[in-house]
Amino acid sequence: MEGTATATGFEPRITAFVCNWCTYTGADLAGTSRLQMAANTRIVRLPCTGRIDPAFVIKAFERGADGVIVSGCHPADCHYTAGNYHARRRFAVLRELLSFMGVDERRVTFSWVSASEGAKWRDVVNGAVERVRECGPFESYRALAGGV
Amino acid sequence: MTELRELAKKLLAEGAAKVVIGWEEGPRGVRPAFATDAAAADRLVFDARCAHDLAPYLDRRRVHVAKLGRPAVVVKPCDARAVAGLIRETQVKREDVVLVGVRCGGVLADPEAGGTLSADTIADRCRTCDSRETALADHVVGTPVEPLAAPSRRDARVAELDAMTPAQRWAFWQGELARCTRCNACRQVCPLCYCDRCMADKTQPQWIESSPHGRGNLSWHLLRAIHLAGRCVDCGECERACPSGIPLGLITRKVASVVADRFGHKPGDDPAVPSPIGTWRSDDPQEFIL
Repeated sequence: MEGTATATGFEPRITAFVCNWCTYTGADLAGTSRLQMAANTRIVRLPCTGRIDPAFVIKAFERGADGVIVSGCHPADCHYTAGNYHARRRFAVLRELLSFMGVDERRVTFSWVSASEGAKWRDVVNGAVERVRECGPFESYRALAGGV
Repeated sequence: MTELRELAKKLLAEGAAKVVIGWEEGPRGVRPAFATDAAAADRLVFDARCAHDLAPYLDRRRVHVAKLGRPAVVVKPCDARAVAGLIRETQVKREDVVLVGVRCGGVLADPEAGGTLSADTIADRCRTCDSRETALADHVVGTPVEPLAAPSRRDARVAELDAMTPAQRWAFWQGELARCTRCNACRQVCPLCYCDRCMADKTQPQWIESSPHGRGNLSWHLLRAIHLAGRCVDCGECERACPSGIPLGLITRKVASVVADRFGHKPGDDPAVPSPIGTWRSDDPQEFIL
């Protein structure tokens, strides 16, 4: 998966890790409501943000994502009571660690999107695409493989 | 020193411990020692060269140590935090180990070179360490020591990196991590890296590429830091063990400061205090979440 150069320039590829109960349903609502949004995301549906291992985010970059979105239920709304609270702590650390190691913060977006927030999902996606577009293709990560 | 040796001999004689894990003189400075009798106990030493964290030897998977019997282990305050971590995570039972705390004023940055402890030679992590002895120990030996006042070069370096642009930080870390040979010394020496099967060894799926190239190296060091977030006791062993001289302490220090700032947590020697990752508060800060 790589960002592709088109006539209009760089089109980011963004991997979105979302929880089944809120954000995925919210994204579905955005679709059934015919909301127009950037088509740069590839959604990976998981049971809960608590299931999203930081390794997923790293693997997405390894496989050529230019940006990553992690999204799930609002606090107190988790289907499994506390998965999003656990995730919030984990991603707070991951975000600052990635930044410390040189990954631009704009490449990673975290959000809470409920099942009824189709419009918010659209805004999250559009915002993430815009920020990643500013960063440009994540060539430096791809170059790490050195032909491997 | 005499106090430590006498205590070790007493523990062995009384049967309170079958082996006292400490340090002794070796061909290249001090080395870990496993004293099972009075003669060996008389060779135990403790001074500023004793940088090794001995807590990993409490892992029962290290059968060559486990078979010696009930252990007593000599712990500096940082090592005691590691033991507390193992107790907290149910790897060790408190009643299965005798802890001999030593009063510590810091260790040398280069233990093999020897020399006396001064503001120049002290290990960087000891500059910011505020514990001189541990409350977790059964026995405490040594004379009370005053901390050396020395500014932390490591904290200054972290601040420098924080002030850089992401591209500059990326370039810095790629330069450092390019030397990583994936020898896993950092993992082996870490008191809290005890998983039977490390994520880095899994092949289906392979989360972390095992060959030493940029992508796998970055992935390994990121995930190692994530897995140690809130658990790292800052014993500095990863950096000391690294044959390539990668400043791993900068990463662990950065993560520790994030954990301290965000969750108000500092790893201590009380096993009853839970780890910050794996627990949560409903009012945790979330300014980064849209």
